[in-house]
Amino acid sequence: MKLSPGLRAVLRVFTVLLLVIIYTPLLLVVLNSFNASATFSWPPQELTLHWWKVAADSTGARHALWVSIQVALLATLISLVLGTMASLAMRRTRFFGRNVVSLLIILPIALPGIVTGIALNNAFRTVLGLELGFLTIVVAHATFCIVTVFNNVQARLQRLGTNFEQASMDLGAGRWTTFRLVTFPMLRSALLAGALLAFGLSFDEIVVTTFTAGSQQQTLPIWIFNNLFRPNQAPVVNVVAAVLVLLSAIPIYLAQRLSSGVTQSAAAAP
Amino acid sequence: MATPAVTRSPRGRRNRPRGAERPGRGTLLLLTPPMLWLGVAYLGALGALFITSLWQQNDFTGAIERVWTLDNFRDLFTIDVYRTITFRTIAIAALVTVVDALLAFPIALYMAKVASPRLQRLLVISVLMPLWASYLVKAYAWRGMLSENGLIAWLGAPFGIDTPGYGLPATTIVLAYLWLPYMILPIYAGLERLPDSLWEASADLGGGAWTTLRRVVLPMAFPAIVAGSIFTFSLSLGDYIAVRIVGGTSQLLGNVVYDNVGAANNLPFAAAVATIPVVVMVIYLAAARRTGALENL
Repeated sequence: MKLSPGLRAVLRVFTVLLLVIIYTPLLLVVLNSFNASATFSWPPQELTLHWWKVAADSTGARHALWVSIQVALLATLISLVLGTMASLAMRRTRFFGRNVVSLLIILPIALPGIVTGIALNNAFRTVLGLELGFLTIVVAHATFCIVTVFNNVQARLQRLGTNFEQASMDLGAGRWTTFRLVTFPMLRSALLAGALLAFGLSFDEIVVTTFTAGSQQQTLPIWIFNNLFRPNQAPVVNVVAAVLVLLSAIPIYLAQRLSSGVTQSAAAAP
Repeated sequence: MATPAVTRSPRGRRNRPRGAERPGRGTLLLLTPPMLWLGVAYLGALGALFITSLWQQNDFTGAIERVWTLDNFRDLFTIDVYRTITFRTIAIAALVTVVDALLAFPIALYMAKVASPRLQRLLVISVLMPLWASYLVKAYAWRGMLSENGLIAWLGAPFGIDTPGYGLPATTIVLAYLWLPYMILPIYAGLERLPDSLWEASADLGGGAWTTLRRVVLPMAFPAIVAGSIFTFSLSLGDYIAVRIVGGTSQLLGNVVYDNVGAANNLPFAAAVATIPVVVMVIYLAAARRTGALENL
């Protein structure tokens, strides 16, 4: 498209400015974790590694991190199974209710987190009489993570068509063999992308978690939130925040390696 | 497409046209577990929530009494505080959406139509990357920036600008910051699909850059903007964390729900409040559907 040079220049300046604004808070978090002042005033007068040592010894943060990883792994596993099943079922036919199924899968993420949160809270406690804890967090997270796997696998299936599988069956392979040797290998990177998104979504989630975690279990976001307003914990929170910012480069790197189509769908799942 | 091999018998139906098949046993087997989870458990939970909103809370014992009543909704609509909070929440969600659209359109246009393919790829990553950084960390970072001795006060000092402090303006800024990528990416995708020939045709017919933007590009990109707005609007409607971090004492709908589940332990009323964002979103989605935005998600 031909844009006038003036417009191009304006857009370029705007883009650079906006990117600076987008990245400033993230860089600031990392920088602040080295800020020697306990009040974190700007600009920092002195830099130190002291807080990183303190944070490394914080058992609360370490425990919360471990809980978060476990929850995210289990939720990812469940959504991989359920999301793949749903997308395989959906590719077959345009049966009645097809749209209903996709709506159902998107619903947990389309509705505000607070709605899903108290709905599940109410269901666990009042309807099922369960104690809130580790298991209820996993169930809640899996519920809204299914969509990421479903979206990725479905997009891949649509692109692939069915020729390879037909060829496999024509050559005498059964359904299971075809799935194992033909379908699954072709889906692998889509599954990985979906899993990556599901893990990220679960790892970062706080709203639904607040309502399904009970008082015994703390995921990392809950731990951060609980310690956010405690002045003496601020340095540790700063370090944890900095670590999370630095860690977020990993999934981006992985997503890039998977394929460019993957990063596109990364946007489709908030 | 009509003959995926995974679950059907290999013989006989291969040449049927797409859409002619009926769901077989395999489809049902595959569909049952996810549908039990989402269709029965999750939808059931939402249904139970709605039913709870029609029950009441015993003020003395704190127990839920299973008596049908519309009192929760009556309170919601007649007590001034809740009406104010509802309109405030919708207004902030709308403002966040407008701010995000205004910020996202130029950068999306640059990404889609000015940047080289290499730069384009790099920009997509740059926009995506903050999405992976923790939501809480970003809100927390802004809390530091907005504080009395934070970056904004420091930067603004030479120009006589002070930080807005913690409150609704800060909440709007932070929410707009948090959801911006969700607006940029759909608009970018929408603009990228726009053929260059349209721009040239408009120029040939005498349209200047500005006229073309306003009368050709913007209307074509509108469904994509609406698609992005679904995220920014919905995410803002339900938020209560950002407002607790940078909103000072301000309250949004999410806070009312949170306080009623937690401190006040009045689940029926919390459930009634939670139906507001759902109803608003349903109306919003119905309106968005008419623009064709849902195909742009």
